[in-house]
Amino acid sequence: MLEIKNLFVGYGAIPALHGVSLSVKAGSIVTLIGANGAGKTTTLKTISGLLKPKSGEILYDGKNIAGLPPHQIVARGISHVPEGRMIFANLTVLENLQLGAYLQRDKQIVRRELDHVFSLFPRLRERQKQVAGTLSGGEQQMLAIGRALMSRPKLLLLDEPSLGLAPLLVKTIFEKIVEINRDQGLTILLVEQNANLALEISHFGYVLETGKIILQDDSAALSQNPQVKSAYLGG
Amino acid sequence: MTEFLQQLINGLALGSILALIALGYTMVYGILRFINFAHGDIFMLGAFAGFYLAPKVAMFLPMPSIGGGLAVMGISMAICAVVGILIEKLAYRPLRRSPKLTVLITAIGVSLLIEYTCQNDHVFGAAPKSFPTIFPEYHITQLSGLSLNSNQIIVFAVTLILLLALRFIVLKTKIGMAMRALSFNPEAAALMGINTDIVISFTFGLGSALAAAAGILFAVNYPSIDPLMGVLPGLKAFVAAVLGGIGNLPGAALGGVIIGVTETLVAGYISSTYRDAIAFGILIIILLVKPSGLLGKKEIEKV
Ligand SMILES: Nc1ncnc2c1ncn2[C@@H]1O[C@H](COP(=O)(O)OP(=O)(O)O)[C@@H](O)[C@H]1O
Ligand SMILES: [Mg+2]
Repeated sequence: MLEIKNLFVGYGAIPALHGVSLSVKAGSIVTLIGANGAGKTTTLKTISGLLKPKSGEILYDGKNIAGLPPHQIVARGISHVPEGRMIFANLTVLENLQLGAYLQRDKQIVRRELDHVFSLFPRLRERQKQVAGTLSGGEQQMLAIGRALMSRPKLLLLDEPSLGLAPLLVKTIFEKIVEINRDQGLTILLVEQNANLALEISHFGYVLETGKIILQDDSAALSQNPQVKSAYLGG
Repeated sequence: MTEFLQQLINGLALGSILALIALGYTMVYGILRFINFAHGDIFMLGAFAGFYLAPKVAMFLPMPSIGGGLAVMGISMAICAVVGILIEKLAYRPLRRSPKLTVLITAIGVSLLIEYTCQNDHVFGAAPKSFPTIFPEYHITQLSGLSLNSNQIIVFAVTLILLLALRFIVLKTKIGMAMRALSFNPEAAALMGINTDIVISFTFGLGSALAAAAGILFAVNYPSIDPLMGVLPGLKAFVAAVLGGIGNLPGAALGGVIIGVTETLVAGYISSTYRDAIAFGILIIILLVKPSGLLGKKEIEKV
């Protein structure tokens, strides 16, 4: 479904990705793990169009989408839950979700999708009139994911959904990610520093180090890999 | 007391006009975080559009009349909306990723370009022109000499309607929600599928239309217009936007009214020499005491 070939991305003159290649099969959860500063966020931002690559291809359903503006990429079915959630703290929960469906003109579909998100995250239904900035961290992450689902994506990019959340909440969020993948068949590219959890729920994994993919394998195999164990799984 | 009320009415009329201009500054700042110093010139172009339109509209509608005056205003607003959108596209859009200072200097350049082009004899000419009467004029005298003229009533009515319309657009429409999202976080807005260029164009169009309406209302009340007429009201409206809290829409309206009323009262009671200095005195005070403005929130630093 997604195939990245030899992607080079930089900030000004400073390079961040040096020829990253990876692929995501339809229906799977693929994880990209790596230390802080490895280039995980840069990879996702380039896929969703927030950053323009210097060179390389991003093939989505066989078409190169590298360099398209974000709104065109959303329209093609890729939805990005950014690092730090980036919810609109000044708007209500409901307005945040409506913005997620910004490109959807059919109100019927928006309403159905809203129901779907509310059934996935009942907390959001209770708080829909509330200003989003007043939500707890976990609720904000639910909102960020729910908002991304409102555009009915085919591919979901998740950037560190566990960031700053208590372990119990992390577990809940990860269960939801599995549920979304299993029940809707939604393809997911998951970026995580929490490699343990990410490898547990994913099918395939890539390890990114200073802008390069250094390892790739089935997640089960990757979690047994001694190099991964010592560097990312705490022994 | 009558004298005071009279000054208050005059001040509110001026304040309403400043409020309409201030809204454009604050909307553009909210979305692009820069001060569009050419905004005062759009106000001037609005008045001149009215000047040239009035005889044309008079061929189809009675003039002066409410309908004729509103038609002149509406067309002038549409023309200035297009001009504002073009200025953004040609001058500011290429600088989207440049430092704020570059954009600011460009805005000053655009402003000077408009002012001096318009002073050319082949354009408007530097000499003041007398603005035609487009609205019917009455003097309504009530209670012990308190006088309210019909032009002031038009200022209040038009301002009120435009403020309500703006409020509706910003709070209740899809494009308004996109404006609020964009002003909060442009990256996140783009990830929602919002075409940020379109929202920015819309914002410039909206702000410019309000400035054009202000230009017409100003010219109706002070019927001598010239290519530099936008400079002082533009600066005062900018102060009004800062006073209310730059980026905050109700703040801009409130700031405009406060500046208009203060200026009129000081000119009436203390000395009219200082009339144009009032706004800048207020600017200095607000920057010292509450730089975020009356209704402004402290900017949350975004990474
Ligand atoms: N806005 C930026 N400007 C300059 N350099 C950046 C910026 N964002 C990230 N970088 C650099 O790019 C590299 C990759 O960062 P990032 O993709 O955020 O890593 P990760 O998400 O894996 O922690 C790092 O060296 C980081 O310092
Ligand atoms: Mg990151």
